[in-house]
Amino acid sequence: MLYDIFIDPFVQMYDMPDFFLQVLWEGFVAGILYALIALGFVLIFKASGVFNFAQGIMVVFAGLTLVGLNENGVPAYLALALTIGAMGILAYGVERVVMRPLVNQPDIILLMATIGLTYFLIGFGEFVFGGEPKQMITEELGLPTGSTAIEFGERGLIILQHIDIAAAVIAVLMVAALGVFFNKTRIGRALRAVADDHQAALSVGISLNQIWAIVWFAAGLVALATGIMWGARSDVSFALEIVAFKALPVLILGGFTSIPGAIVGGLIIGFGEKIGELYWGGLVGGGIESWLAYIIALIFLLFRPQGLFGERIIERV
Amino acid sequence: MFYREAGQFKTSYKADQALMPILQDRIGLLVILAIAFVVIPVLANDFFLTSIMIPFLVFALAAIGLNVLTGFCGQLSLGTGAFMGVGAYAAYKLTTIFPDANVIVMVLLSGVFSAAIGAVFGLPSLRIKGLYLAVTTLAAQFFLEWCFIRIPWLYNDNASGAIEIPHREAFGVVVSGAEATPIVRYFIVLSITALIAFLMANVLRGRIGRSWMMIRDMDIAAELMGIRPLQTKLMAFAVSSYICGVAGAMMVFFWLNAAEPSSYSIALSFQILFMVILGGLGSLSGSFMGAAFIWILPVFLKFIPGTIGINLAAETVEHVTFMIVGALIIFFLIVEPHGFARLWQIAKQKLRVWPFPY
Repeated sequence: MLYDIFIDPFVQMYDMPDFFLQVLWEGFVAGILYALIALGFVLIFKASGVFNFAQGIMVVFAGLTLVGLNENGVPAYLALALTIGAMGILAYGVERVVMRPLVNQPDIILLMATIGLTYFLIGFGEFVFGGEPKQMITEELGLPTGSTAIEFGERGLIILQHIDIAAAVIAVLMVAALGVFFNKTRIGRALRAVADDHQAALSVGISLNQIWAIVWFAAGLVALATGIMWGARSDVSFALEIVAFKALPVLILGGFTSIPGAIVGGLIIGFGEKIGELYWGGLVGGGIESWLAYIIALIFLLFRPQGLFGERIIERV
Repeated sequence: MFYREAGQFKTSYKADQALMPILQDRIGLLVILAIAFVVIPVLANDFFLTSIMIPFLVFALAAIGLNVLTGFCGQLSLGTGAFMGVGAYAAYKLTTIFPDANVIVMVLLSGVFSAAIGAVFGLPSLRIKGLYLAVTTLAAQFFLEWCFIRIPWLYNDNASGAIEIPHREAFGVVVSGAEATPIVRYFIVLSITALIAFLMANVLRGRIGRSWMMIRDMDIAAELMGIRPLQTKLMAFAVSSYICGVAGAMMVFFWLNAAEPSSYSIALSFQILFMVILGGLGSLSGSFMGAAFIWILPVFLKFIPGTIGINLAAETVEHVTFMIVGALIIFFLIVEPHGFARLWQIAKQKLRVWPFPY
């Protein structure tokens, strides 16, 4: 038993390095996608202190809108533009209807409001586009399909799906773009000011409402990118909602306010989950992917209660 | 005019410390109990009992459980569904191991198991606070759900992977299994819910409840004043999980008859959390109001299109129900973030000063 836990998995890793690398790659891709969702959470949390539970459903909603429009005869790129427009309308609507009246409420109320939004979007999405899983329009959008096999060692093969590579590239580009946006542009500076202190930001003439609409829109764009990538790997359906729950440990592990934290957290969870499932999962009957992420996050949290990159929590009496 | 404490003098400490010092409150409670114990059983048909009253009471009890933890002790929990599941599976195991024992006692005992598991998952709450604590309870939710699927011992190796409630008799009547009549189930559920609600009302206003509220309001300050955070928080987790466990056991024993792991999924956790938030954090009566709203509204919405003569597909109704519930949740949060309990407080204040509002 002890041998199975402490020695055997490492022997396997050593014996079949190609398989191990394949697992690492899978973990990397999953981690990138978790990180993308967590990124949407972080954007909104930084700017408004709202824990946006609806991010997961926004991913599904964006994906569904894109595919649904395309099914009804809209060309792929036009559908993409229209979806971006729809996310903009959603962002404005959320800001106007949900966020503005709830300014200054406790965290848990805002959290509940976003869960209410989740319910609404689930109902609305199913009402408009139906509940069946849909195929993502990967080829129409010009995204690569197919895969490359890399020879490794004498007998090993590592298979890389092109769409996964594209996902990784897009994620990196997106983080870079957000970094530039936050640090170099006027709106980005305003965003950081709002994140630091709402009242101070207001007093120097930054419009909170405008900033929030922009942030929700940015989160919507991130959701759209995530939706396309996840959709290309499986189907676009409300089952993707479960991915949002995966993003929670990622987010908590990285710290609510840190973009690098979201990325690092995503990668840790992605690697940990895949390696744990494949090398240790069999010992307890498999399927441990569903909770391993939370346990990993929990262990990290016990040592750093504010997450890896979170701001230090200072408590005063 | 109708609701006023003026003129109700207290002549003893006992009267001063009564659970309900105002006469009108006592009358109101008696009326509600009379309706629940006499009027509803006489008038209601089976459908009303099984699909409205029994689930409402079960959910109200679960909401009380979560309210103890989140509303009174300030620890956010997203694992209510799993703790209810622990109660259900524990009660199932108990009654299959001891078939002759009284099943109601087994249901009440099953809470002990969920209390133990709740206390274990409450341990990290000493270090992890606020929204970060959500991850602990989510870990509990997904880990326990996984256990319900992967440990065949829990469901006695049933091929279906679900627990089916066996036929059990107590006090000479059938109380569980498919043959139990709705009226019997209703009385059991009502009695247990009322009993636990009464006990909690007393616990919450005593030393224990007050120490929970101190932890909620500011844990460091509470610690400085001599409240032990470890014991207090763990007790809140244990009591809350006990109540949730009993509610979960009642849910399968007296309402659903059979349950699979997905019955106790995260969706259930959120449903209970909604009840607590909409009803009012830190209010027992709010738990009942929240449960009534969240459970009865969708049932109600399902019947509206049929009665006004619009024929809609079942799925469409379901989607629209989702939309309406989501929108109403946001609406109520905007209008009254402190929940129905606060609305009731405001109404009572208006009654006190009526007809002269100043």
